[in-house]
Amino acid sequence: MGIVKVRKNYHQARWDEPMIMEMSTPGVRGIIPPEPEAEIVDAVGDVAGALPEGTRRKSPPALPEVDQKRVLSHFLHLSQETLGSNLCADLSQGTCTMKYNPRINEDLANDPHFAYMHPWQDDETMQGILHMYWTFEQILKEVSGMDRFTLQPGGGAHAVFTAASIIRAYHRDRGELEQRDEVVTTMFSHPCDAASPHTAGFKIVTLMPKEDGYPDLDALKAVVGPHTAAVHITNPEDTGIYNPIIDQFVEVVHDAGGVCYNDQANGNVLLGIARTRDAGFDLCHFNVHKTFGTPHGGSGPGTGAMGCRDEFAKYLPYPTVEKDEKTGKYYLDYDRPESIGKIKGFLGSAGVVLRAYAWAVMMGPDGLRETAEMSALNNNYFLKMLEKVPDVYYPYAEGHRRLEEARCSWIKLTEKTGVGTDDILRRVGDFGLQHYWSSHHPWVVPEPMTLEPCETFSIEDLEEYAQVLEIIAKEAYDDPEMVKNAPHKCAVHKRAAEEELDDPDKWATTWKAYQRKHGKK
Amino acid sequence: MAEAEVYPYIPNSVPEVKQKMLDTIGIESVEEIYKEIPDHLRLKRRLNTPGPIRSEYALKRHCEELLEAGADCKRYIGFLGGGVYHHHVPSVVTTIMERDEFLTSYVGDAFADHGKWQAQFEYASCMAELLEMDMVNTPTYDWGMAAATAIRMAGRITGRDEALYAGSIGPERLSCMKNYAWSAVPAFTEVAFDEKTGLVDLADLKAKLSDKAAVFYFETPSFLGTIETQCAEIAKLVHDAGAQVAVGADPMSLGVLEAPGVWGADIAVGDVQPLGVPMQCGGGTGGYVATQDEPKYTGELPSLLFGVTPTIVDGEYGFGEVFFERTSYASREKAKDFLGTMAQLHGIGAGVYLSLMGPQGMVEIGEGIMQRSAYLAKELGALPGVTAPKLSGPFFQEFVVDFGGTGKTVAEINKALLERKIFGGKDLSTMCPDLGQSALYCVTEVHTKGDLDTLVGALKEIL
Repeated sequence: MGIVKVRKNYHQARWDEPMIMEMSTPGVRGIIPPEPEAEIVDAVGDVAGALPEGTRRKSPPALPEVDQKRVLSHFLHLSQETLGSNLCADLSQGTCTMKYNPRINEDLANDPHFAYMHPWQDDETMQGILHMYWTFEQILKEVSGMDRFTLQPGGGAHAVFTAASIIRAYHRDRGELEQRDEVVTTMFSHPCDAASPHTAGFKIVTLMPKEDGYPDLDALKAVVGPHTAAVHITNPEDTGIYNPIIDQFVEVVHDAGGVCYNDQANGNVLLGIARTRDAGFDLCHFNVHKTFGTPHGGSGPGTGAMGCRDEFAKYLPYPTVEKDEKTGKYYLDYDRPESIGKIKGFLGSAGVVLRAYAWAVMMGPDGLRETAEMSALNNNYFLKMLEKVPDVYYPYAEGHRRLEEARCSWIKLTEKTGVGTDDILRRVGDFGLQHYWSSHHPWVVPEPMTLEPCETFSIEDLEEYAQVLEIIAKEAYDDPEMVKNAPHKCAVHKRAAEEELDDPDKWATTWKAYQRKHGKK
Repeated sequence: MAEAEVYPYIPNSVPEVKQKMLDTIGIESVEEIYKEIPDHLRLKRRLNTPGPIRSEYALKRHCEELLEAGADCKRYIGFLGGGVYHHHVPSVVTTIMERDEFLTSYVGDAFADHGKWQAQFEYASCMAELLEMDMVNTPTYDWGMAAATAIRMAGRITGRDEALYAGSIGPERLSCMKNYAWSAVPAFTEVAFDEKTGLVDLADLKAKLSDKAAVFYFETPSFLGTIETQCAEIAKLVHDAGAQVAVGADPMSLGVLEAPGVWGADIAVGDVQPLGVPMQCGGGTGGYVATQDEPKYTGELPSLLFGVTPTIVDGEYGFGEVFFERTSYASREKAKDFLGTMAQLHGIGAGVYLSLMGPQGMVEIGEGIMQRSAYLAKELGALPGVTAPKLSGPFFQEFVVDFGGTGKTVAEINKALLERKIFGGKDLSTMCPDLGQSALYCVTEVHTKGDLDTLVGALKEIL
C-alpha cells in the first residue's frame, strides 16, 4: 500500500487575480482574425458598411483588450484556482460519481476528424461516430434491459424532462392526459425528478421516507390513482439505500395505469448487477457524465441517456441512429411522425457519447461489473474508516449496507460544538480536497454530508479523506472558530456578505452590473 | 467477483487490496453488500457488451480508425451551418478548455473552485458587453433550449399563454421550443416573413399581436441568414401590445450588428458554439440567455447565476450563487423550470475567446464574414439557373441558394459535390419545402477565396 498523505501543508494557488476587464488597455490585441483576400474586398466592397442605420453596430463592444500572453496566463491562473476531480481525491461530490476521466478520451474527442465534423454531413461520411452512437445504445440496452435509448438529452435533468414529455404524449394518445396530471416522486430522489416533470406540466406529489429511511409503499398506495401519470424514482436513493421492494412500487403504479421512471443517477453500482427493466420500469436514464467516465466540464456538457420499452420508443426525439442490417451502414432516421420532436439540437453532446463509448469498450463486460462492485466495496470500506471520526453517522436502515454512497449527518457534532456541515465542507478545502456536497434541499438529514467513493479512488484516497474528516471533527472541539472561518488555504476566503447575493440592489452577475451597482470605475 | 483482472482506472482491483478491504469491512465477498438487492431482481449472467480493449494504444487505434474512415470539414471544404458553425478555434481557448482543472470540475463551492466561478463571471461579463445587457446565465444546453427558456420566462412575466414567432427561425429550435414551453405557453402562432426579402412581415405581426401574446420571438440573422433591419420597429409594436421581445442572435454577428439591448430586446438568446468551441458533430453547443438586471427578469431566469461578492479579506473578489431560491436545486418543483448539468465548459471557452478577440477582433471577423459570404453569393448567382441570394435582404454568413432553374435537385448536386470533397449547403427541400430546391450556404472566416472558387468551379462542372 502506498503512503496515506494528509496534506497538512497544502496551499492552493492564490493569484489574487483581477478581472479580465480590469486588465484592458485600449488598442491591445489578443488575436487577429484572417482577413479576406483583396480580390474579395474589391469584388464586394464594405458589405457591413452598407447596412442600414440602426442595424449596423454604432460602437464596438466594450470587450477586454488584452495581449495573448496575458489572456493565457490569466485563465491559467483561474484554472489553478479550480480543483478539478482529476487533481484530487474527489469523493466529495456525492451523487455525482466523480470518477477518473481518462486523458486518452480527451485526445480522441480532440481528434480533428471528430472536432471538425458537422452534424449535417452526409451519413456516409459520419459512419464512425454513428457506429459509436449505435454501439453505445446497445451497451445501455444491455445494462438496463430497455429496448431503445436516446442520447440527445444534455444531462440527467434533461433526460427526466424528455421522459416526462414522452409520458405526456403517451397519456395524450390514450385520451387520459387531462385526467392524469400528477407525478409522484420521493424526497430522496433527485430534485429534477420533481422539477423536470413539473416543467413538463405535471403536478408533483413528493413522498417522505418512512422512519427507517426506506421509501413508503403505503404512502405511495395512498396517493396513486386514476390521476397518476407516472412515478419518477431514484434507486438507490441519495441515501445509498436500495429500495428492496422497488418492484412492488412499480406494480402499484402500473395497476393504477401510471408509468414508471427510474432515475439512475446513482446507477454506477448496478452495472452488470441489476437491471431496471427487471424491476418493471418503463423508462430510465443514466447520467453518462457520471457512470460512463466522461468529464463533468464544470457542469456540462453531459448526456442523459434516456431509455424506454418498445411501447414508448415511437415518441423518442428525432433523429434516431439506425443500422441497416443488410449493408451494415448506419443512418439517421428523421422520419418519426410520433416523435415528441427535438429536445436538443442535432444529435446531442456527441463528444460525450464518443468518450463514453471509448470508456465502455475499454472496460468491457467484466470491467463494467468490476466498476459496480468496486464502487460498492469502496463505499463500505470508507464507511468503516468513518467509524473513527467522532460524531459522524449515517441515519436510517440500521443493519443494512449502503451501496455506492451514504448520506451522513454531523448533527451530533453541531449540537456539541456549534460547527455545522457548511463549515466543515469549507475546511475540507484546506487539505487539497474538494468542498463536499452536503445534500440537495431541503435537508431531511440534518447537517448532511454526501460522499461517493466510486471505483476509481484508491484505498489511500479513502483513508486520506477519512483522516481529514477526523482532524476537522477534532478541530471543531479544540478551535471551532478556525473551522467556522475556513477556508484558509484555498484560492479565496470565506464570503463576508451572503445576504447581498439575494439583494437585487447589490448582486452583480456581470462586470457591467457590478460597475453600475458598486460604483467601480 | 469478476475475474481477477487489474484495471488501470480501478486501483483497488488488485486482489490483495480487495482482500484487505473485505477483511476490514468484515465480509467474505461483495455479495454481502449486494444482498440488499432481492435475488429476483439480480442479473444472473455476464453482460453481453463489446470489449474489453485493455490497452490504451489499441483503444486509440480502434477509435481513430473509426473516425478516419469518414470525412470532416477540415479534410473537405464545408458550407454547412444552420446552428453549428465552422470557425477557427484559437489555441489558447483549446488549452484552457482542456485543463483538467476546469474540464473535470463540477459543483464545488467558490473557494477551491474560485477560478471556475470567476471564469464564468467573466464569460457573462463579455457576453453582456456584446449584447448590451447586464445579466447573462450560465449556459443552458443550446440555442433551442435557450429560446424555449425565453418563451417560458415571457409567459410568466406577462401572464399570457401565446408565443408568436417569425417563420424564418430554425425549424429544430421551434420544435424544441414547442415541446419545452407547452405547459406554460401552449399556443404557438407563426408570423410570416417576406418571401422576397426575408424580413419579418410587420403587417402580419401587427395583425397577430393581441392581449394573448406573451412574446414575439425572431432571429437576426435568421435561420435563412437574413439580417432583420426593422428591429426597433418590431420592439415598439410588440411592447405596445404588452408583450415581450425575445431575439435569437448569433454572437459572432454582434461586432457588426447592433446589440439587442440597444434596439429594445427584452430577452436575447443564442449559441456560444461559434465562440471558440469546436463543432464536434453538433456537440459543441451552449445556450445563452440574457436580460437586463431587473428583478422582473432575474426572478424568472431558471439558470444558475454567479455573482461577485466580498470576502472577509478586504479587496478580494469572492463569488456566490445569486438568488439561489429561484432554482430547482433549492426549491425542487417550486422553481421556475428545471436546472441541471448543462454546458458550463463551453461558456468558459467562449469567455476566453471573447477576451482574446476584443472589440476590434469581433468587428473585423464580422466584416470579413459578410464580405466572403457576399462574394460567394455573387459568384453563385452568376451561374445559369441559380438564384443567389434567393432573399434580397442583407445577410450574415448564411444565405439561401435556389437551384430550381438548373433542373437538378439539391440532393443530386450535393452528391456530386461530395465526390469532389465538398459539403454543399444544407438541403432545405424537406426542412423548408416552400423554398423549393434550395440550399442554405454558410461562409465563415475559415474560407479562403480558393475554397470559394473551388466550389464555384465544381458547380460549373456539375450543373
